[in-house]
Amino acid sequence: MAERERSHTRPRGSVFVPRAQVMSAADVHRAITRMAHEIIERNRGLEQVVLIGLQTGGVAIAERLAGTLSELEGTDVPVGTLDVAFYRDDIGLRPVLPEAATDISFDLTGTTVVLVDDVLFTGRTIRAALNALGEYGRAQVVELAVMVDRGHRELPIRPDYVGKNLPTSRDEMVDVSEDGVAIGDLVSR
Amino acid sequence: MSPFPTHLLSMDDLGADEIAEVLAVTDSFAEVGRRANPKVPTLRGRTVATLFFEDSTRTRMSFETAAKRMSADVLSFAAGSSSVNKGESLRDTVETVAAIGIDAVIIRHGSSGVPARVAGWVDHCTVINAGDGWHQHPTQALLDLYTVRQALGGGDRGLSGFAGLRVVIVGDIRHSRVARSQVWAYAALGAEVTLVAPATLLPPSLEGWPVAAVTQDLDDVLPKADVVSLLRVQSERGSGRFVPSLREYTAGYGLTARRAALLQPGALILHPGPIVRGVEIASDVAELPAALITEQVSNGVAIRMAVLFLLLGQGPVEGAHRG
Repeated sequence: MAERERSHTRPRGSVFVPRAQVMSAADVHRAITRMAHEIIERNRGLEQVVLIGLQTGGVAIAERLAGTLSELEGTDVPVGTLDVAFYRDDIGLRPVLPEAATDISFDLTGTTVVLVDDVLFTGRTIRAALNALGEYGRAQVVELAVMVDRGHRELPIRPDYVGKNLPTSRDEMVDVSEDGVAIGDLVSR
Repeated sequence: MSPFPTHLLSMDDLGADEIAEVLAVTDSFAEVGRRANPKVPTLRGRTVATLFFEDSTRTRMSFETAAKRMSADVLSFAAGSSSVNKGESLRDTVETVAAIGIDAVIIRHGSSGVPARVAGWVDHCTVINAGDGWHQHPTQALLDLYTVRQALGGGDRGLSGFAGLRVVIVGDIRHSRVARSQVWAYAALGAEVTLVAPATLLPPSLEGWPVAAVTQDLDDVLPKADVVSLLRVQSERGSGRFVPSLREYTAGYGLTARRAALLQPGALILHPGPIVRGVEIASDVAELPAALITEQVSNGVAIRMAVLFLLLGQGPVEGAHRG
């Protein structure tokens, strides 16, 4: 996972070398359970709530959140995926490629959208996501859920649901996968 | 992946990896095309010029639609056809375009090799070949590949379906830039290409062409074909003079209802358009579900968006020589 962030941090072909495990798979599971409870609590249920996972790291987390929400409330929450490449503000400055086509098969007008991503860093991906979302209807409310908030924001964006606040230095990499969360470095091959 | 090339002049510029990249990015732009508002801000502030020295409806409209859907500014040159030719006048036109500060020139010309010449004249400007003489028409071949990949199931599944795919290209190969691009495009993905044409409509030499077979017998190859790609009889390039009559051409090489019945179920029929009904394809055959002619046109916009994006939107790549 964290493929999107990795591919934006060229040179391509560099590999993530973990230095420390900061969340285990069980920690991630517990964080997802807590965030699901918080989503239900804040929105007083799940009426009008839809989840949109950001390609690619946010997609698996959105699906896991949806599974937990469905267990807790007994209702299915629509899940979509969003790729923000065409809305980024660094097109032409560095290589930007879409990871997969956006798939939102429902109208967002009037819904409460919970954007889901694995790592929140500068906030620029979320800025692009907010622009992209508008193409699929006018959401009533947009909230943000991230597994890791690693700081270093460059835009006035803050998450509503956080798995873990993780202080990092700018040049470190955070990798979120099924096995948990690791912090490490990007090393060119 | 190696860096995407600076210009798109020929299918030779793209290897299998680059083709896969174009097709994957096209999926994302096809999604944009399905939206109520099919526009993205991706190429805001970029200027694209279409420089067409030869008639065109779909290619020009397709490129201009693609650029506009990506929020680029589009300049459309009315290159008064016949008076403009190779040489100084073309060079002056191109240098003017470059001096204005245009980011990409999409060029169609009756003479082979003009886009390559132009690419040598300009700095900081991307050149896209929209068809040059008998030479190349790379975006047409790319949209054919995309259409076939879509029919084979899309994504990686569709891409792997090209290995060993039996593709038959029928018609005026000699004068066809589309065929020249298609042959290399299909071959790059591992398809097995067979050319079918009267001897007079084959190029003088097929040396170096990655084709599996060349035949005059269409009936023989149709039952084994997975894809039948028809070419237009190009009257404006004099293809009519290379066959005794159009009726005779149709008798030997037209996809008639009788011949369409020889195709195996699931075989696909492609045609770059414009189609001349009753000559290279019977009217009823063009309406069959297997005929993907309309899909080709719709996919053309998304393919050209992907090409523009990959050529203009990637910025400096470390270690790459651009411009």
